[in-house]
Parts: sequence; C-alpha cells; structure tokens
Amino acid sequence: MSNRTTQAAGVLVGLGLTAGGVALASLARRHANASRDSAPGYTARSGHGEFDVSGRTVTIRKPRTELFDFWRDFTNLVPVMENVESIEMLDKTSGRAAWTIKAPLGRTVRVETTIVSEEANELIAWRSVEGSEIEAEGRVMFKDAPGDRGTRVTLIVAYKPPAGAAGKAVAKLFLREPEVQTRHDLKRLKMLMETGEIATSAMRKENTRAAKQENAA
Amino acid sequence: MKALTWHGTKDVRVENVDDPEIINPRDAIIKVTSTAICGSDLHLYDGVIPGMKPGDVLGHEFMGEVIETGSGSTLKKGQRVVVPFTISCGGCFHCHVEQYSACENSNPAEKQDMSATLYGQPMSALFGYSHLTGGYSGGQAEYVRVPFSDVGPIVVPDHLDDDKVLFLSDILPTGWMAAENADIQPDDTVAVWGCGPVGLFAIQSAIVMGAAKVIAIDHYPHRLELAKKLGAEVIDFRGTDVREALMEMSGGLGVDAVIDAVGMEAHGFAVDNMIDIVKQKVGVGADRASALKQALLAVRFGGKVSIPGVYGGMTDKFPLGALMEKGLQIRSGQTHVQKYTKPLLEKIEDGTLDTTFLISHRLPLGEAVKGYKNFKQEQDTWTKVVLKPGMETISENA
Repeated sequence: MSNRTTQAAGVLVGLGLTAGGVALASLARRHANASRDSAPGYTARSGHGEFDVSGRTVTIRKPRTELFDFWRDFTNLVPVMENVESIEMLDKTSGRAAWTIKAPLGRTVRVETTIVSEEANELIAWRSVEGSEIEAEGRVMFKDAPGDRGTRVTLIVAYKPPAGAAGKAVAKLFLREPEVQTRHDLKRLKMLMETGEIATSAMRKENTRAAKQENAA
Repeated sequence: MKALTWHGTKDVRVENVDDPEIINPRDAIIKVTSTAICGSDLHLYDGVIPGMKPGDVLGHEFMGEVIETGSGSTLKKGQRVVVPFTISCGGCFHCHVEQYSACENSNPAEKQDMSATLYGQPMSALFGYSHLTGGYSGGQAEYVRVPFSDVGPIVVPDHLDDDKVLFLSDILPTGWMAAENADIQPDDTVAVWGCGPVGLFAIQSAIVMGAAKVIAIDHYPHRLELAKKLGAEVIDFRGTDVREALMEMSGGLGVDAVIDAVGMEAHGFAVDNMIDIVKQKVGVGADRASALKQALLAVRFGGKVSIPGVYGGMTDKFPLGALMEKGLQIRSGQTHVQKYTKPLLEKIEDGTLDTTFLISHRLPLGEAVKGYKNFKQEQDTWTKVVLKPGMETISENA
C-alpha cells in the first residue's frame, strides 16, 4: 500500500465511510481531525475514495421553512439543476423520485432516489436505489443565518462513477466537475428564491442558456 | 436595431444587431434617448479587459423611454428613466444593506467563477462591460433589455432634459460616493487625483459636503480649468512637486482626505496581466498605481482614503508601511448607484448640482466610432461624449 493509499484509507475510516456508500452526515460535520479543525468534512484536501464528493453553502434571504418546502418537492429543482432534464415524484410521502439526467449525444440516464433521512425544516438526505444507472447520494441542510440574513443552505452530493459504457458517458458530462455543478445549481436556487427568476444576459429568449440546452438535447 | 459593438482592440463598429426582448418577468425594454461613452469604455476599446467577445454591445451610461415591461416590472410604458450601470436584484443580502454593486444575483451563475477566483467572491453584473460582469448588452444601442427594472431605473420628470439627468447612471453617483467615502468634515482639506468626469464630480460633491478646501491634481489644462470653475485649487503635476505642494497647501499637516479618481484599470483583470505586473518589477506595472501611492504619502496620519478609480489586478512596490503606520481609513468600490439616484435627482432639481458643464460633444449613435477615437486621443477637450440614437447621422464615415 502506497503512502497515499494509506492516508486515504485513514481518512475513510475517520469519516466512518462504509462500503455501501458515503456517510454524508459525517462529511457535513467535520474533518477527521476534528479536534484541530472545525471546517466541514467536504473541504478536506484528501479524497473520499471511489466517491466524488462536493459540497457548498449559500445564504438565501428566505425563511428555512419556505426553502425546506421548496426542496422537499424535488420537481421544483428542475430549473436550477442544469444537468437534470426532469424529476418525477413517484411517492410524496417517502420522497421516492425519478431523476432524468442529461447525457452526451442527446441521451439521458435515469436515477431513482429515495429519502433516507429527513428532519422538518432542517435536512433532507436521499440516496439512489439499487439498480440505478449511477450511484448517488445527496444531502441538503438548512440553518438559520445570523440576524435577518435568512438561511444557510448546504448541499453535499456524492457520486460513484459507474463502470458500464452508459455510465462512462454520464461521468464525462455529469461527473467531470460536480463541484462546479453544485456551485452553479445553488446559485440558481438562490436567484430563483430571492428574485423569482434566474439571471440571464441573453437579448432574446432563444439565446438563453436554458433554451440552448433544450435545443441541444 | 443599431448598436455600437466591440470587435477587438480599437475596433468598434456601429452595426445592426437583433432587437432585445423581454425574457424574465422583471425585465423592461428601454428605447435609448441618450447614452454616454465612459472613461472605462476606453479600456474595452484598448482591449485590456478580458472576457470580451466580438459583437458585444458596449455602454453603461444610458437613459430613455420605457417601451415594454414584463409582468413583474413596476415601470409603465412611456416613462422616462435613467438606468444605473450596476445591475442589482434588490432581494439579496448586499442589496438589502444598500451595497447594490455587490449584488449576488445579477451575474449569471456560470459567469461568476472567474471573478470569484480573482477576488474571493464573484462580482455583480454591469451593463456592457465584458462577460466577467455578466456579458449584458449595453446602452450604446437603440434598445436595451433592463433586468430587475423594478429596482434599478429611476423615473425622471419631463422638465429635466436628458443632459441634466443622464449622469445619474454612473459618474455623478460615483463622484458623490467617492466624496462620501472620504468622510469629509467641515475643516477638511481634500485632494483629488484626476480631473476626468468622476474626479470633477467628486470635487463638486466634496464642496457641497462642506470641505474647507479641495485641491485637484491633473495635467490637462482644460480639465484643470473645469476643476477651478467648480471651486477647487489646482496642481499641474507636470510642473509641480505634488507631495511638497500638498504639504504646503495643508499647512504642513498633510491633507485630511485623498480621493484617487485615476485608477489603473488599464492593467486589466486577466491572470496573465497580473503575472506581467509582478514580472515588471520596475516600469509600467509600478508606475500605473502612482496616483494611489502618492495619495497614501500625501494624506495625514489618521486621514481618509477614498478609491473610486478602478483597479483590477495587483501591483508591487506598494507603500504598505505608510498605510499601516498612518492609521488610515480606506474605502473603495464600484458605486452603489441605486442608493444615490433619488437624493441626487433632488439635488439636480433644486440646483445644488449641475452636470451639464461636463458635456463637450453630442453625436448621433451612427458617429459613435468617431466619439471613441476622439475621446481617447483628445482627452483635454473631449471631456464627455453623449450619443443620441434619435439624432440624425450627418456623416457615416466620420
């Protein structure tokens, strides 16, 4: 075992990762060396094994309840998530949802997720069900920001790059820069919630990013 | 429609582009009646600002008539409005605390990364000023799509001509905020570097705010003359040792407040530009921040430093020791235009502020290319160019 692998293994153990998935809860909380550092786990310099993990926080000037309710109905997320073509809520109570994700050459990949943990107005965590084309986990947390600044929304997502050919195609698009995607998606969510619209500098409707994506698909 | 488009270094053209349309609910479409060329447009003209694409429509100082509104706009067709150059949503934290030029939502998500890398957090959007600040089409055009039209544009009364109110879009609030950032007290001596439009308006504002003495520093005779007419004492840096003169003119104390209305925008925002600056240990890189360096030495201990002049990158040989040891207050930034439009419109209406003295040339939009060329090459006499899309073009190939 190389030094690097040993280190990585150490981090994984420290984070309480399991073979079946990433324990996002611990990633959300702190580094392995929590005694010295209060930063969230996803800001760690070392990797997270076979999963590609990214996390990001934005402050949105809206109450926690409004943001939680918006997110809990995953179908609301379509306009803010650029790589998602559609989201279908299969069962509202359990939070089962089918995500159709855009892939190169006009193809799509379907991922079915179910809510694995939920605390009203605080957190929603979901995970792909067995048999999905890619393995993914996500967790969104809502905390009051100081004073009247609204809510701090933290999104952490983890994907496992899949093995098959379809998976590789998705990885190329979807997993290339999940960190960038997470960042942009959260910015668009903030725009939509704070301003009621998503900023575009286009002069005409057919030139907006959304319209171009639609045409390319 | 006709618009002034950018195609490369010193290559701007008036050509036909698509008319804009309403895209988001809070949009409005403005038919432009007056639109100015800003000093900062010259840096786009000189090709030193990255993130430009051929065909980009320039211009960020404009006003006109509302001809179309989205469902979320509070404007009405037929209203005359002046549009701030900063695009601000009104709903984010920064807008809430009236730091409009730091709006978090106007720059499209995918365009925020570059400035976030440079400055730690992303820049807000501006009209007609590269894709770094959103890539929005600008106001040197017949029509403009104005986002968040319920927050930005200010309705102006019909009895005030365009020339009287146009500069509410940028340079008047910028000059005013520059003076406000200098925290001027009644006994203060204030020194202003640069007698371009922003410097001149900062001088005017400092006098309105009650400064005991305002000293203007430049080398263009006509611009120094304008500063003098506003009530400033002047220093021509070509013939005078500025630091020594300022010490004498402030009674040996040093000036209470300094305003750098010069900037070094020409260095640009690009990473390679910044590396160049670092490489150029002596020379252009070090010289270009000379106004600010001089200001830091001229200001008294415990004094105030205001920086409206635009800087984009880095500089070396910076007098960091003076900055710390002298116990200075430094305030800077792009203008929070929306915070100032209403109070400044009142000051225009009651005659406290006049901005028309600045305009040296009025041209039809069709002659915008000539306007750029002369504003760049004849800085002494071409103090401000206002383009009028409605004015008939006399010569197409000027």
